[in-house]
Amino acid sequence: MTTQLLIAGFGGQGVLFAGKFIAYNGLLEGRQLSWLPSYGPEMRGGTANCSVILSDEPVGSPIVSNPDVLIAMNLPSLDKYEDAVVPGGMIFVDSTLIERKVKRDDVKVFYVPSTRLANEIGLPTLANMIMVGKFIKESGAVSKDNVEAALKKVVSARHADLFDANFKAIDTGYNFAE
Amino acid sequence: MIVFQKPKSLTDAQLHYCPGCTHGIIHRLVAQAIDDLGIEGKTVGVAPVGCAVMAYNYFACDMVEAAHGRAPAVATGLKRAMPENVIFTYQGDGDLASIGMAETVHAATRNENITVIFVNNAIYGMTGGQMAPTSLPGQVTQTSPYGRDVNTAGYPIKVCEMLSTLDGPEYIARVAVNNVKNVKNAQKVIKKAFENQIINKGFSLVEVVSSCPTNWGLTPDKALEWVEEKMIPYYPLGIYKDRSAKEGE
Amino acid sequence: MADKVLMKGNEAIAEAAIRAGCLHYFGYPITPQTEVAAYMAKRMPKIGGTFLQAESEISAINMVYGVSSAGKRVMTSSSSPGVSLKQEGISYLAGSDLPALIVNVQRGGPGLGGIQPSQSDYFQATKGGGHGDYHLIVLTPASVQEMADLTQLAFDLADKYRMPAMLLADGTMGQMMEPVELPEPGTVKQVEKPWAVTGTKMEREHNIVNSLYLVPEELEKTNIERYERYKIIEENEARWEEYMMDDAEYCVVAFGIAARVSKNAVVAARKEGIKVGMIRPITIWPFPKKPIAKAADQVKAFISVELSMGQMIEDIRLAADCKKPVDLCNRVGGMIPSPEQVLESIKKAAGGNK
Repeated sequence: MTTQLLIAGFGGQGVLFAGKFIAYNGLLEGRQLSWLPSYGPEMRGGTANCSVILSDEPVGSPIVSNPDVLIAMNLPSLDKYEDAVVPGGMIFVDSTLIERKVKRDDVKVFYVPSTRLANEIGLPTLANMIMVGKFIKESGAVSKDNVEAALKKVVSARHADLFDANFKAIDTGYNFAE
Repeated sequence: MIVFQKPKSLTDAQLHYCPGCTHGIIHRLVAQAIDDLGIEGKTVGVAPVGCAVMAYNYFACDMVEAAHGRAPAVATGLKRAMPENVIFTYQGDGDLASIGMAETVHAATRNENITVIFVNNAIYGMTGGQMAPTSLPGQVTQTSPYGRDVNTAGYPIKVCEMLSTLDGPEYIARVAVNNVKNVKNAQKVIKKAFENQIINKGFSLVEVVSSCPTNWGLTPDKALEWVEEKMIPYYPLGIYKDRSAKEGE
Repeated sequence: MADKVLMKGNEAIAEAAIRAGCLHYFGYPITPQTEVAAYMAKRMPKIGGTFLQAESEISAINMVYGVSSAGKRVMTSSSSPGVSLKQEGISYLAGSDLPALIVNVQRGGPGLGGIQPSQSDYFQATKGGGHGDYHLIVLTPASVQEMADLTQLAFDLADKYRMPAMLLADGTMGQMMEPVELPEPGTVKQVEKPWAVTGTKMEREHNIVNSLYLVPEELEKTNIERYERYKIIEENEARWEEYMMDDAEYCVVAFGIAARVSKNAVVAARKEGIKVGMIRPITIWPFPKKPIAKAADQVKAFISVELSMGQMIEDIRLAADCKKPVDLCNRVGGMIPSPEQVLESIKKAAGGNK
């Protein structure tokens, strides 16, 4: 099975970090994978996205142009990538920041008010990981078993205090019911 | 009894320099310093592009030929790779103060532990006498045929004055080799610039005010007079920076 | 087997270089290769190595020249505009027969260009970007694993043949992360370098590292000798990968990110019944002429997939001796061809909608 995932949002929303975390889950599951960021002069505030491919076969092109799964963290990202999602694919929408609904009816859509939820649990910078939690629950692309180990890989020792916070955010997303 | 002989750090190769050129004296002073300090076996020299381009044939130590102006960068690489060796560059004014100015300034500001011998004769010698960054105002050269016009060609660069404003370098001095007294002093200063490296003091640059009879269009003795009358007043001799001496006060 | 780790391509280059015994790095910041410098800045001081942020690319390559003269492994990395600045030093390295690694994580050009991936420095890398008759060994990684493996190979080949080698990557390869398995440190084979300027210790004649020969007969001799060495390299060191070529009627030729994209297209075309395969050059100097020449007697057409206006296509035509047509499928300026675009090119070569 191959999952092509595109995570998109503003720079600073942690889309690259979220992608990296998912990539590490794939690594721990012994799968083939690639992680490719968009890179640009804007360090904060501009648009950012990253392509993650998880597969049982060697990965060809690391560029995701037609995602199986889109995680849209802001409106420009949804506008830009909604039509590119493959029929039967999934779209995860941060419904706090994106007011409109997904227009397509041939994809599964999950509306998660992740920015609001992040604020409610006192972790306003971790809306990204709430989305990741929901993604893990619904997509089946990665198992929940390696969350802890994968987090240890991406949260540097210097920021060990953030481990619990990330774990909590993922858990919040995983258990969120619309 | 031998009272005078060629330093061992010079090879037997015949120098190609023009009659009356002071490169020969400066080569000798550098070689003598290497001999006196007993460091020939661990010294690596970097030759420039310019009249001294074939210095690699004249110094008996290991030698590297660098691209034009890049000697301080090449020397940086050598020194970082071999901190126990003694690394020196031998460069002219076009090489050091024009095309290689960035390399010079940055090696100085890093206090790179190397010794730089900078020969200033106010002209590009090897290419046939073009204006150098150190050519004097009004000096006639092939590319300033009406005399260096400071309005269009700018002013000469005073390398020692400029580098001594930096916090980085250890030792900056200007000497000349136009008479016996100056040659003897130059010998002391050049030796000091090598000693500094051996005791890990850092970047030491000695500017040697030199002559170019061929391209100045003067006889060798008139050229030495021109050094005394024109060059030295514009480029005053002396120790411009000596951090350790200052700290010792 | 060592554990696989997830690394960016640029970081894999840096770590692989250190494990290959390279303890000296000189660079200057430029996107999209800055991670190499950042990684070196972090690691080198801890292992007694040198990281130096030079005042310019020109200085950096000349510092490389200095370390290489001393007989030690050394590297620099940059991206296209910076590599143009290094060309002076690269020509001097070649002229002085000095080994070194130069990494070019390419971006779009000419001029300041852009910061997105490109392969438009192909000519510069393979045809001698500086002055004079010379070549570099040019390796083109197509995965993060190859960023590491080919970095080490580049050091070995550079030492073996006493010449500079280049790792020619692109922004995608530099920025992407993939699982990578790094070789154990300390497995480096040290090559004797009796020519190095390490000080005579008063035990031998002085060594001179030099590219100046004012007697034309002598300079001619050094050039001819160098080209005899190049001939041996062309014979022995060309590397490539063949994919589904056994029964191929059409042949895609692509390296780096273009090969990754093309692989998807080849798979898709096969599903539609088109017998297409791919030759992926791993070295572009020496260019893998033999498999192309062989394919020229087998396939009906070649498709060169490039992130340039068509540079490698000339080498394909030469290697194929113009026996078969070579089409170009390309994007430039930081754009990357999509698998669909490559598939269209394959279909067009196969004569319309098969």
